[in-house]
Amino acid sequence: MTLEAFFFYAFTTLALGGATLAITRRSAVHAAISLMVSLLGVAGLYLLLNAEFLFVSQIILYIGGILLLFLFVIMLVNLDAGRGLRQFHQRWPLGAAVTAIAGVAFAILWSRAKLPPSQTMPDVGNVELVADTLLQDYLVPFEVVSLLLLVAVVGSVLLARKRA
Amino acid sequence: MHYVAVSLAMLLIGTAGLLTRRNIVIILMSIELILNAVNINLVAFSKHHGNAAGQVFAIFVIAVAVAEAAVGLGILLALFRNRETVQVDEVDLLKW
Repeated sequence: MTLEAFFFYAFTTLALGGATLAITRRSAVHAAISLMVSLLGVAGLYLLLNAEFLFVSQIILYIGGILLLFLFVIMLVNLDAGRGLRQFHQRWPLGAAVTAIAGVAFAILWSRAKLPPSQTMPDVGNVELVADTLLQDYLVPFEVVSLLLLVAVVGSVLLARKRA
Repeated sequence: MHYVAVSLAMLLIGTAGLLTRRNIVIILMSIELILNAVNINLVAFSKHHGNAAGQVFAIFVIAVAVAEAAVGLGILLALFRNRETVQVDEVDLLKW
């Protein structure tokens, strides 16, 4: 087995194992820690795919930002009351069936897909390449995203503040 | 392209969590898993096509995920303050 294959399977195990643990744990804190393992595995997969910029953003934004936000909220909200309750709602078989159907459908579609031959990346650094594409071809969406983030910041503060 | 298989597996795990769990925090985490599965797919195809557009889209997905998490957790805090519960099937005021 080559080194790349070894790391691919290692990071896949982290990503999928962490994801499975995250949705099955009873305690929300354990689920958040498992989600962190999963996100680290995904970051490793980005590194294997030569997406170094996304690797760093994944760690800073997801693990440093979103996961921290989850942990803060878990601490603010008293989740221990839910530990003894049922963890799955009554119609969970329906949800599981929908998931299974979606999985079979996607697998069939993927097995019939015809890919064009693969091409190599231009031989400049990953960050330069991403920056060129982002700021030349996708400048307007980039600006719209900043507006979205502004709305999200104001909206979440407005939603979560205490009523005076 | 084994990456697509990983992405599919992660998407299905996320969907299963989203559709079966009662705890709203876990449901929000499942949404993050689904968005991550999409990102793996985008980056894998970005490499396959030799084009950075997929990675740029992944950056947009991450930005939207951050906004979604912030607003979702804000709604969760407001909900907990009003209803004292985080179980989604106990919030059934609009259900007939």
